[in-house]
Amino acid sequence: MGRKHRTKLVFCMAAIIGSSPATALAMHISEGILPAPWAALWFALSIPFLYWGLRDLRLRSETSPQIKPLVGLVGAAVFIISCMPIPVPTAGTCSHPCGTGLAAILIGPALTVVVTSVALVLQALFLAHGGLTTLGADTFSMGVAGAFVGYGVFRLARRLGAGWVIAAFLAGLFSDWATYSITSLELASALHGDGSFVHLLITILLAFVPTQVPLGVLEGFLCVGAYQFIRTRRPELLSTLALGGST
Amino acid sequence: MKNVAIACLTVVVLALGLYLGLKSYLGEWSGVDETVIEKFAEAANRPPAEPLINTDQGDLLLFFFLVAGAAGGFVGGYYFRELFPPAVKG
Repeated sequence: MGRKHRTKLVFCMAAIIGSSPATALAMHISEGILPAPWAALWFALSIPFLYWGLRDLRLRSETSPQIKPLVGLVGAAVFIISCMPIPVPTAGTCSHPCGTGLAAILIGPALTVVVTSVALVLQALFLAHGGLTTLGADTFSMGVAGAFVGYGVFRLARRLGAGWVIAAFLAGLFSDWATYSITSLELASALHGDGSFVHLLITILLAFVPTQVPLGVLEGFLCVGAYQFIRTRRPELLSTLALGGST
Repeated sequence: MKNVAIACLTVVVLALGLYLGLKSYLGEWSGVDETVIEKFAEAANRPPAEPLINTDQGDLLLFFFLVAGAAGGFVGGYYFRELFPPAVKG
């Protein structure tokens, strides 16, 4: 990576620290909630995807130098989107979109894991948003599940003949829902104790429904809007889509 | 012109709906981390721990916000044309 691009990346990521003036309002699992073995398990499951993403970045930057500033920009977007509290009047609570569906269709799911983990580290350190011990679980739910589901849905919809608007909308929608579903799974598996795992999982999922169903729809529209902007202004950037996650 | 009118109308309707929703609802607009995640965690005797760096003290968060906003705005503006060059006509 050239010094110029490296500086841009570092600045873009560092500069958005503290972009949200509010306390954490999110799907992020806070510090100390997960017992150590479960926290370690989610770290172990996330690390291979992170390695895959870093390798993907190195390989793709050899043939496409513009990928690094684009990754920096997408990382900044994920950071901001994933800590932006949005009031949901149907539930009387706040939550946030994730941005990983959009990131996945722009830079590929593996690179999305990388930018998500960077965003989550900054949020955990400076915004009390998530935690360092729960970083693996948060990376897995938002980075891995959100990105791969969003990307898979987008590719599947396009293969089935859907227009890009529908495909982008579905990517945003399902990446959001996948993130919260996996968060529920992580919580239920770690916290069910002597109770029923399935019962707790369903209970947590249902608790997310009033907020996340409308917010998922909003994320779908967000995904369409941002994709439209890139498609209009820099359609050549979308050529990276073909390589996304395949290397 | 028609598209602009539709866009303006949509924005006004959404803003009005949001305003009325916020005005009429008496909830505290807590995040789902509090209303869902922490609720279940506390029920399982796993309350959240204090963050490593607690920026939610006084004006500390505002400081981070301003520094980040100023630096991010400068860098984003400086490199915007490189990431999004104007369309070439013809």
